[in-house]
Amino acid sequence: MTRYIAKRVLEAIPLLFIISLVLFVLMSNMGDPLATMGGRTLTRAADRLRLTRQLGLDKPVPVQYLYWLIGNDWTRVDLDGDGIAETPGTRKGLLRGDLGTSLVNRGRPVWEVIWGRLPNTLLLMLTAEIVILLGSLLIGVYSALHQYSFFDNLITAISFVGYSMPIFFIALLSMYFFSVQFKAWGLPSLPTVGMFDPQVGKTPGQVALHMILPVFSLAFISFAAYSRYIRSTMLEVLSQDYIRTARAKGLPRRDVVFVHALKNASLPIVTVVGLDLPLMLAGAVVTERIFAWPGMGRLFLDHVARGDAPVVMGILMLISVAVVFFQILTDLVYAWLDPRIRYDTGRAQGG
Amino acid sequence: MTLGGPRVDRPAEPSSLFTTDEAEAPPLTLRQLTWRRFRRHRVAIAAAITLVLLVVYAFGGGLIVTEKYANYTDTSLRLESPSSAHPFGTDTIGRDILARTVYGGQISLIIGLTAVLIETLAGVLIGAAAGFYGGRIDTLLMRFTEAVFNIPQIFLLIVMAKFFGGMIPNLTVLGRTYSGSVVVIIFIIGLTSWPYLARIVRAEFLSLKENDFVLAARATGTRNSEIILRHILPNSAAPIVVSATLGVANAILTEAYISFLGLGVQPPTATWGNMLEGAYNYVATAPWLWIFPGTLILLTVLSINFLGDGLRDALDPRSRTV
Repeated sequence: MTRYIAKRVLEAIPLLFIISLVLFVLMSNMGDPLATMGGRTLTRAADRLRLTRQLGLDKPVPVQYLYWLIGNDWTRVDLDGDGIAETPGTRKGLLRGDLGTSLVNRGRPVWEVIWGRLPNTLLLMLTAEIVILLGSLLIGVYSALHQYSFFDNLITAISFVGYSMPIFFIALLSMYFFSVQFKAWGLPSLPTVGMFDPQVGKTPGQVALHMILPVFSLAFISFAAYSRYIRSTMLEVLSQDYIRTARAKGLPRRDVVFVHALKNASLPIVTVVGLDLPLMLAGAVVTERIFAWPGMGRLFLDHVARGDAPVVMGILMLISVAVVFFQILTDLVYAWLDPRIRYDTGRAQGG
Repeated sequence: MTLGGPRVDRPAEPSSLFTTDEAEAPPLTLRQLTWRRFRRHRVAIAAAITLVLLVVYAFGGGLIVTEKYANYTDTSLRLESPSSAHPFGTDTIGRDILARTVYGGQISLIIGLTAVLIETLAGVLIGAAAGFYGGRIDTLLMRFTEAVFNIPQIFLLIVMAKFFGGMIPNLTVLGRTYSGSVVVIIFIIGLTSWPYLARIVRAEFLSLKENDFVLAARATGTRNSEIILRHILPNSAAPIVVSATLGVANAILTEAYISFLGLGVQPPTATWGNMLEGAYNYVATAPWLWIFPGTLILLTVLSINFLGDGLRDALDPRSRTV
């Protein structure tokens, strides 16, 4: 097992290297970060030049990448533009845990900027994931037990709609009904934007109230895939011999379904969840924009718009590492749950 | 695609291809077989009809209202609610929403179809090369595929939209001017969505190339390119067609997402996606701004997904995902 983990981690290194290289090249034409810096416009060309040098933007892209990756404290940089590099560099580089500093929030480390938003995104996304999992387990098991019933067909139809629904459309619809129309009908209405009402303050109750609509929207579009998946694995398991044995020896139906069948049927779900979790960080971009949720997705959009390459790069690398990490973790958890899978003897199954 | 074309040697035993009622009429071509199975899928038929209607709406509607009218702004008519003069109302600068959904539909559908063309081309080329040649080429190509696959598409799209944005000037085709961003969007959606298809094609090639008919083709001295294009590719057509169909839905959705964020197709060229940009500021005051384009997107994507599902059952009965 240790050898397998080591192998996977070693494989991940060149992968992350390629990703960072591709992204860094894409970063080089993000727009002019100086244009919006600190809200003031730099009219003097000399100021622009000086700032460009200070930020290291005057260097060619390969050199910038090198500095970003391994830092520049081993060399000297030319800050006053006289052609002689005399000032020692201060950056440590990604490999030593330094993501650089934000261009638009001068001097703030990228890690600090991201860390300020990450918990909000995690809160929203983990809640959504739990709601999706529990809901689709219920629906999936029910559909499998009552295959082709009216409810099963209805769920199939709704899940296709959910699967085809752009998240912004369900978000707008839910805002319209649960907030605008409910208010018009004199019912208690749900808040639509932000994380809490500034007049009340950031209390857990307020945050929970503001999470209802975004979580509902996220869950609605994801229920489909999950519950269909659970339904089909459940159907497969229910037709197996050991279930017949369990029934034959007179076990209560509840035990057969929820203990014997569900345990095996939920195995493949681990893979789906493991691969989806890091993507949920990404799914937040549009949702956070609509509901004005102060998370990483909005941070990403704001900093893309202002050409802040270090922050954008930091977010993208964080997500890439999360994706790779969860892939390895998923395979390990899967092997641990299902003893039939052994990675050391044969080839990895799921890849 | 080359469905009815060259002889199709599926590795599955023929008995599994025929259900009892079809067994009496043996000389059916694959195309007839597929049609028979597809016809039974009522929802897919309904979806196909809906799609035809949507295409008629977007392209036939273009014959009735002019593009000039769709882009005509009249700020004295801002945010008018639906009326007989403007059945879908007007937008924030007084343009007729009905006319814009017609021309927006054209662009959205064109983007969906052409982006999938690029996606399929890239996916098939890379998947086929990796699966057929194996070895170092396979490792290299699959590493690259994984790298693209690992960055969530929406992030990659936003960054690429920024990178290529404004690189292409406005184009005039057949007397109509399109924003250059349309080309950029088609290009980047195509270039970010191929990894999934490449994996499918690679897996198909890996198993198909071990078959006897490939050995026979090799033995008679057939060139590699011919083996790939004429012998293996037609046999993997089914999953490619299905994934391309579903890919159109995905491309339309993707365009909508990034245009919604304001990074996609730039006005005045309308798409269903960019008509929704900023609509969240008018959730309460002007719901017609987002209800009509939103419903059209949903209807289109839903129909394509049902169609793709029906196609999957008809073309490739062995693989049922859900």
